[in-house]
Amino acid sequence: MKTFHRGGTHPEENKLTNDCSIEVFPLPKQAVVFVSQHLGAPATLVVEKGEKVKVGQLLAKAEQFICANNHSPYSGTISKIDLAIDFTGYKKTAIYIDVENDEWLEGIDTSNEIVRDIKLDSKQIVEKIKEMGIVGLGGAAFPTHIKYMLPEGKKADYLIINAVECEPYLTSDNRLMLESAEEALIGIEILKKALGVEKALVGIEKNKPKAIEQMTNLATKYKGIEIVPLKTKYPQGAEKQLIYALTKREVPSGKLPIEVGCVVNNIGTAQAVYYAVQKNRPLIQNILTLTGKSVKQRKNLLVRVGTPIQSVIDYCGGLPEDTGKVISGGPMMGKAISDLSAPTVKTTSAILIMSNKESSRKEETNCLRCGKCVTVCPMGLQPIHIAQLAENRLWEETEKSSAMDCIECGCCLYTCPAGRPLLDLLRLSKNNISEIRRQRAKR
Amino acid sequence: MALLTVSGSPHIQSKQTTNKIMWTVVIALLPAFLVGIYYFGLDALIVTISSVAFCVLFEWLIQKYILKVIPTIKDGSAVITGILLAFNLPSSVPIWILAIGALVAIGVAKMSYGGLGKNPFNPALVGRVFLFISFPTKIAMSEWPLPKPLFGGASLTDTVTGPTPLLALKNGQELDLWNMFIGHTGGSLGEISAIALIIGGLFLLFRKVITWHIPISFLSSAAIFALILWLIDPQQYISPAYQLLAGGMMLGAIFMATDMVTSPITYKGQLIFGFGCGVLTIIFRSFGPMPEGVSFAILIMNAVTPLIDKAFKPKRFGY
Repeated sequence: MKTFHRGGTHPEENKLTNDCSIEVFPLPKQAVVFVSQHLGAPATLVVEKGEKVKVGQLLAKAEQFICANNHSPYSGTISKIDLAIDFTGYKKTAIYIDVENDEWLEGIDTSNEIVRDIKLDSKQIVEKIKEMGIVGLGGAAFPTHIKYMLPEGKKADYLIINAVECEPYLTSDNRLMLESAEEALIGIEILKKALGVEKALVGIEKNKPKAIEQMTNLATKYKGIEIVPLKTKYPQGAEKQLIYALTKREVPSGKLPIEVGCVVNNIGTAQAVYYAVQKNRPLIQNILTLTGKSVKQRKNLLVRVGTPIQSVIDYCGGLPEDTGKVISGGPMMGKAISDLSAPTVKTTSAILIMSNKESSRKEETNCLRCGKCVTVCPMGLQPIHIAQLAENRLWEETEKSSAMDCIECGCCLYTCPAGRPLLDLLRLSKNNISEIRRQRAKR
Repeated sequence: MALLTVSGSPHIQSKQTTNKIMWTVVIALLPAFLVGIYYFGLDALIVTISSVAFCVLFEWLIQKYILKVIPTIKDGSAVITGILLAFNLPSSVPIWILAIGALVAIGVAKMSYGGLGKNPFNPALVGRVFLFISFPTKIAMSEWPLPKPLFGGASLTDTVTGPTPLLALKNGQELDLWNMFIGHTGGSLGEISAIALIIGGLFLLFRKVITWHIPISFLSSAAIFALILWLIDPQQYISPAYQLLAGGMMLGAIFMATDMVTSPITYKGQLIFGFGCGVLTIIFRSFGPMPEGVSFAILIMNAVTPLIDKAFKPKRFGY
């Protein structure tokens, strides 16, 4: 069984919603859509307060290089344009929409009919992906079209599709592969064409046997798409680890996957690309797993972007009594939400509700030098060592110890028996190193 | 609505804790403890319990009154030091000497460096070596209590002494390997039974408290080096089988050298560490003035640990 070669751990899987079919979440009465839901510069507003919009209408336009369009997931009236708190707790410019009916913009194919024939050429595909505001749905929200505009002199060998879903609790990719495998596969075909590669490798962790079976059966109809079962090991879905597992190629430190001839996208992104290119549908909705041990009705939902998180929780039976933490994403890399009025964004793949008992940290003791953090680090770092340097505020030393290579997977903090805040200290190091590098650049 | 907790990821942690690791080691030491009691009687029980009591007491006193921190005796690390110190001494050791050993182990070797996790040397071994060089006459270097099975009918009060297996072997005596394997032999309180120590070691492996690297490289390098010497001159050097079963070899390889605080972090480093321990032990045993050398070998390798850690860093991804 293929896997990455260094480190990793295996937290309890808790895939409680593996068998819950995707339900369509009803439209909320009021929605809040951020101008910036991606990595990079915010998009520029092209609508005004009081304006009537339709589903799929452009709200904010990408005018800079690393940027993505944002479209309206709703039809209705823009009630205000104001700051709103997002799931990370920061305030960002947002468009408030009073939702009326569900009127789509003309030219968008809203049917469920599968469109197999790919009419656009590779350049047009990339243009379409850009137009439809597609961003990476694996979590980073990197504008997808940029990955397909290869730098001068670089050539891709493989398209890599991340369907690993190594985070505990998360099941949206699993459901997608069970319910919309063909859409995803056509999406992969489109991406292959855009990239001009012969081969696409789809990595799926072996704890999703039904998805693997379904995808393998259907993939026989498509040329050059290989479904690769991977060992269930966290962080199998981390970009560099996945590339290694599938191709045995190691992305050099500080470089992008294209350096080793790979472009990586999530399976959800592939489906979004299918909708964009074949159906002319912008990225306005995503599959969201609402889960947690005490949640009454755990569900996989198809949710429009901009839905208040609170209303999704209410739909699933409300917050459980013992709620301590609400997390956007999985338990290993997700972000704890401070305000449930925050709306979902393009990349909200899960809302995980945990009790304080389950999510609180263990009592901290002195480091035992057990070396577990070193053993589990998939990047070959020494968290024990970097943490000591960080506690002594030796930031330049942490840089020499490759703190910047940390992918923040959380294996170290998860594993540490002494309950040391290893990842917190690594993040602190990374922030300080970034600041030092900015100062250096100024000089 | 109740306030939500907000903190950095990850939001879950493994169930392993410092306390669990320590108490698992204590449980793993129980088989050897029971064998010790079986062969050395009440003395073994009294010595072990006193040693644990002294270690815990000194740790508590030092933390509370000298370091002025909240005592952490419930983490079990002082208990382990107490047990290991007792296991490394003859069951006939006078209690006042035991107290001095515990004070050196906890006070000097552990707390003076900052307590759990900060000590460069294994505290129990420092305590033992201190006693050995300070009170060679009180802790007989050549005469040790001989086994006297608890249910064997012999009275519990009179202590019979005799040479340890290593000394006997050095003097050319023949010993029964099976007796040495099960622990029917002379020696320190907790080191006599290879099988009991191996059972404890397997338990630690199973609970993932230790990995195989140090014990295996320790024992195999000792065995290979002993074999080479034995092949050169079987009259003068002890055979590898006896080397492995006699003295503190098993206790050292399974419980003392694997102390995570004082051994290297990476597997590669641990293999080097174990190799060093094994070779040094055989050198000390074969060419040194004393029959035993495990303690010194481990302490020397403890001193080399920072160097090993520096030399054997894991390979970073993407370099």
